[in-house]
Amino acid sequence: MADQAWAGPARWLPPDLDARLAAGLAFLRRRVAGEYDIDDFGFDPELTENVLLPLIRPVAEKYFRLEVLGTEHLPAAGAGLVVANHAGTIPIDALIAQLAIYDRIGRHLRLLAADLVFRLPVTAHLARKAGHTLACPEDTARLLDAGELVGVWPEGFKGVGKPFNQRYQLQRFGRGGFVTAAARAGASIIPCAIVGAEETYPIVGDITPLARLLGLPYVPVTPTFPLLGPLGLVPLPSKWLIEFGPPIESSDLPEAAEDDPLSVLDMTSQVRETIQHMLYRLLERRGPAFGF
Amino acid sequence: MRRILVTGAGQVPGSALAVRLGTEPDVERVIGVDTFTPGDELPGVSFVRADVRTSLVGSLIEAERIDTVVHLDALSGPSGGGGGRELAVIGTLQLLAAAQRANSLQAIVVQSSTAVYGAGPNDPALATEETPLPGATSGRARDATETEKYVAKLAEQRPEVRVCVLRFAPLAGPQVRTPFARYLRRPIMPTVLGFDPRIQLLHEDDAVAALLVAVLGGAVGTFNVAGDGVLYLSQAARRLGRLSLPVPPPALPWLIGRLDLPNGQLRYGRVVDTARMTKELGFRPAHTTASALETLREAGDG
Repeated sequence: MADQAWAGPARWLPPDLDARLAAGLAFLRRRVAGEYDIDDFGFDPELTENVLLPLIRPVAEKYFRLEVLGTEHLPAAGAGLVVANHAGTIPIDALIAQLAIYDRIGRHLRLLAADLVFRLPVTAHLARKAGHTLACPEDTARLLDAGELVGVWPEGFKGVGKPFNQRYQLQRFGRGGFVTAAARAGASIIPCAIVGAEETYPIVGDITPLARLLGLPYVPVTPTFPLLGPLGLVPLPSKWLIEFGPPIESSDLPEAAEDDPLSVLDMTSQVRETIQHMLYRLLERRGPAFGF
Repeated sequence: MRRILVTGAGQVPGSALAVRLGTEPDVERVIGVDTFTPGDELPGVSFVRADVRTSLVGSLIEAERIDTVVHLDALSGPSGGGGGRELAVIGTLQLLAAAQRANSLQAIVVQSSTAVYGAGPNDPALATEETPLPGATSGRARDATETEKYVAKLAEQRPEVRVCVLRFAPLAGPQVRTPFARYLRRPIMPTVLGFDPRIQLLHEDDAVAALLVAVLGGAVGTFNVAGDGVLYLSQAARRLGRLSLPVPPPALPWLIGRLDLPNGQLRYGRVVDTARMTKELGFRPAHTTASALETLREAGDG
């Protein structure tokens, strides 16, 4: 009788509960004892796979209904440079792309981030732990030489902080530093278009004096922020699509790039055009931003 | 036969280096200098208790026909507050001036620190020897930067002298008592709220071994010297079984003043590339950052 009473709730528990609990406890014990490894950049794969990515996974899959296309264009091994469009006020598009790539091909996208990320508290070390590093030629070259898959968002703050009426219009792509980096490392460039980030926090204004005061690139005004206070930080539930395009092989990249700035700029605008076209196609495919 | 002068020989790593050099077959004489007498006798080393700020060391170089000067004093010495540090730099200046004049001088090996690279949000993840130095304005980073400037001047004036500068990562091990090692020994480690820097360590024995290679080998130039691998400060605190006490960033200037640590080390950390160390200096540390920390933990408090 007593046995049956116990069997009741047990049916609702997963059969491998013991194993899961043991694994969870072992994980906690390793974290508390500091017994985990990080690489020279500070990337902590264990924390990223077990804590950080699981936190954003439901947001990407359930809230943004993420669809990912063209993952066959991502290299299964070796160096590659993913170049994508930037949008969305808070650069969560890069994190979602990192999750999408990890979940589909099991590789970690090493993001190149602005110095602001490393200047602010909390993000300074969380970004490093998630495998990100400063967008500078030294770090890019080091990661590519180590055969990593590197992600770059060449528009930078120009892309994330642009007003809503310029959505899906690619901003300037810098001086083509990413082309030079890929050419030097012999890595191919994988163009990536992200649709959905633009509608998460539509920027309708910018409080420039406050931004200056705080040393931030912009302080956005969205339909809900700062009107609704912290509630305004909840992103709008737009539908997301990420597409990877056919790689531009390193053999197609300008040789001795540093001596030939013109072909670097040509290649830069070619990549930019490619992503812009991918964006238009994806927008057509998606239809309304908040549809299902 | 070589005649070698080692400053900072009263403490780790100078004392161990002086003793090791004394056992080398082609080393005729080793003179150790420090401001205080070491606790243990240094076998095979003539120890002179002297201040590098006085002219005594200069006349010693002349009189003893020293051909190799190993200068460790500037950074490993215990801090005596701002004034003491200032004097240590002046001591370096005086020593190098004396060395520059000495006709017998053939080689000079100087200990510097990876603190010369500074630490900030704009820095690449790893500094190489080519990374431009920011020119620190305070503390030990400035001392090290100034020391290197004096050394560069000496190299310019005496091009035939072999100059080798070793930029050490913070030292760790059972004996060493440099500021960062003292910090890691505190029962409660103050940290900066919202920041978790990467750290990289050099075991004290590896510091001695690297200096030995630099003195006895023919390496010229500047080399980063550090153990393989990095740890987060939070991770190191956990491995040591220490409590960390996060303090808000405005308290940081006070904190680094109290702990005598370079600006930025507790916030952004500094990690260096050691490719040149393995390729050109021909040195591989026996300890990693993690195992150096482990030896510090095993040695216990105090």
